[in-house]
Amino acid sequence: MPAPEQRRLIFKHIDEPGYTNDLACYVRNGGYEVLKKSVARKPEEIVDDVKKSGLRGRGGAGFPCGVKWSLLDRKSGKPIYLVVNADESEPGTFKDRYIIHQDPHQLIEGIVITCFANNVKQAYIYIRGEFPHGARILEKAIAEARAANFAGPNILGTDYGCEIYVHRGAGAYICGEETGLIESIEGKRPYPRIKPPYFPAVLGLYQCPTIVNNVETLCHVKHIAEMGGETYSKIGTPNNTGTRILCVSGHVQRPGYYEYEVGKITLGQLLNEVCGGPLPGRSFKAVIPGGSSAKILKFGETFTLKNKDGSSRTLAVDDIPMDFDTLAACGTMGGSGGVIVMDDSVNMVDALANINAFYAHESCGQCTPCREGSLWMKKITTRMVHGTARSEDGTLLKSVADQIAGRTICAFGEACAWPTQSFIQKFGDEFKAYPETKSAPKPADARELI
Amino acid sequence: MNLKSETFQRIDEVVTHYPVKRSAVLPLLHLIQEDVGYISDESIEWVAQKLELQPINVYEVVTFYPMFRRKPIGRRHIKVCRTLSCALMGGYKVCDEFKKEFGVEVNEVSADGEVTIEFVECLASCGTAPVVMIDEELHEKVDTTKARELAAEIKSETLKR
Repeated sequence: MPAPEQRRLIFKHIDEPGYTNDLACYVRNGGYEVLKKSVARKPEEIVDDVKKSGLRGRGGAGFPCGVKWSLLDRKSGKPIYLVVNADESEPGTFKDRYIIHQDPHQLIEGIVITCFANNVKQAYIYIRGEFPHGARILEKAIAEARAANFAGPNILGTDYGCEIYVHRGAGAYICGEETGLIESIEGKRPYPRIKPPYFPAVLGLYQCPTIVNNVETLCHVKHIAEMGGETYSKIGTPNNTGTRILCVSGHVQRPGYYEYEVGKITLGQLLNEVCGGPLPGRSFKAVIPGGSSAKILKFGETFTLKNKDGSSRTLAVDDIPMDFDTLAACGTMGGSGGVIVMDDSVNMVDALANINAFYAHESCGQCTPCREGSLWMKKITTRMVHGTARSEDGTLLKSVADQIAGRTICAFGEACAWPTQSFIQKFGDEFKAYPETKSAPKPADARELI
Repeated sequence: MNLKSETFQRIDEVVTHYPVKRSAVLPLLHLIQEDVGYISDESIEWVAQKLELQPINVYEVVTFYPMFRRKPIGRRHIKVCRTLSCALMGGYKVCDEFKKEFGVEVNEVSADGEVTIEFVECLASCGTAPVVMIDEELHEKVDTTKARELAAEIKSETLKR
C-alpha cells in the first residue's frame, strides 16, 4: 500500500516560501478569524467542541485534552492558569521548535481560545532555555497580538482579557514533567510534585487550578474551534483523532517532520516511502517510535493483537499504524511523536549506554530509585561498552531497571527504565555477548555512541 | 551589582509578570548571565535581596539548572549535542573535532580565553543531526568538515581582535 498524502493542519505554513512569523502575514492567511468567532460564543461550547473532538495530548501521555479541561476546579474562587509546555526536550522530538519559530501566532491564537474557553486570565509559555530566538519570537508575537487587541485586556472589544508571558527554562529535561514545570515557574528546583494531592487541575501553579498543555495540542484547539469538534473527530481514526506531527531522526534517507492523520500511516510506510528507507547498503535494525523513553521495537518481531470482534491479527513492525492505541498494544507508545531509527551498523549496548547517559544526567534526584537507578544503569552499560564489565553485570542491569518503575513520584522513573528493559528483552543476545561484541570489528560507517 | 542599565530595566519589568516575586528567579538569572557571563556569589545575593528570598533559595536554583554557570566561559560557547539522534549521525566525532581544533577539553576554557566547548543533551533538532549551538545560533548537519569551517571562523575572529 502506498503511503497516504500528508495532511498538514498544524504545519500548513511551515517552510512555505514567503511565509513569515509576523502578525501581518498570519492575518493575511486568515489568522485570528477563529478567535473572533470564538469570543462571540459561550466558553462552554468550545470546551464541548474539544471534548467531542477526541483530541489527545501531543506532549507524551496522550491524555484526552477535553477530559483534562473538565477536571479543572472551576469553583475554587482562585484564578485559573494556563501553562503552555514548550519545553520540548524528549530526545527525538523536534516539532514545537518549528511552530514557535515559524508560526508563533498559530500557537498564540490557540492559547487565547483555550484561555477564553476556560476563563483563564493569565497564561505562561514555558519555553526551553535552548530556544533563545524562539523566546524572543514569542515575546514579539505576543506584543503584536496585544497591540492588535487579540490578547491583553478587553480582547476584541469584549470584557474578557488575558495576558500571556514567556518564561524561559534553563536546560533541565525534568521541566517537561508538568508539576516539575510548575515548580520551575514558581522559581524553585523543578522537583515533580506528588499526585494526589497536587493534580494541576486542582492544585497547580501557585496552588491554583491550572491547565498544562503541549504546544502542538494548543494549536489543534484552534483548528477544533474552527471546524467544530465533530468534524475534527472524523480526521484520523476512532479514539486517535486529528493529525499528528511525526519527527523522524537517525538512520533514514530523509529525516524530518511529517504531519499525517493519526493512525492512517504505518511505521513501514513512514520509514520506507516517506523517509526513503535505510541509508545505502544498510537495513533497519530497530526503531524507537515515540521519543527516547518509549520502548524500542525490533525489526523482525511480530505482535498478535486482539480485534474488537474477538479475532486476532498479527502485525510486523512495518505494519503498525502510528496511533496511540496500537503502539500501546505493541508494548510501546506514541509518546511525543519522535521516531528514532537505528540501522544494522548500531551496537545496541552502545545505543543503550547513550540513552542511559541522558537519563542519568537528567534525573532530578528527588526519588532514590530513579536517582541511583539511572546512574547505575549508565555506569553498567558504559563499562560494558568499555570492556570493563563483570560477568554478572547483565543480570544486575536488568535488576536495577526492574526496581525503578512505579516507585517514583513522577513518570521519569518509567521513562528511564523502559529503554533498558526493552533493549534487554529484545536484544538480550547482544547484552549477553557484550565482551565479544566489544572486541568484534565495527562496520566502517558505525558511529561512536558513548 | 554592576549591570547595564538596560538589564536593570528588564529586571524590573519581568518581576511584574508574576503574582509571586520568587517566580522571577529564573528570568533574573538569565538576564544577569546574559549581561555579565556567569552567576557570581554577589549575583546570587543580589537576586535573593531583590526577590525577598534567602540566598540559598537562589543558590539551589543556580546549581540545579545546567544552563547557569558559576564561572566565566570562553568568548564563544560551543555546545555540541551528545544525545542519541545526533550520536547516530556522528555527534561524537564532531565534538572531538572541535576539541582538537581548539586544543581544549569539554567544559574547560581554552588557554586564550576564546572558547568553551560543552557536550550537551538534546537540543531538539534531531532531524538535522548532528547539531551544534554556538552561543545562540543553531548549526545543523554539522559533520567534521563543517566543524572545521566553524572553528576557522571563530579563529579568524580571534586574530582580528
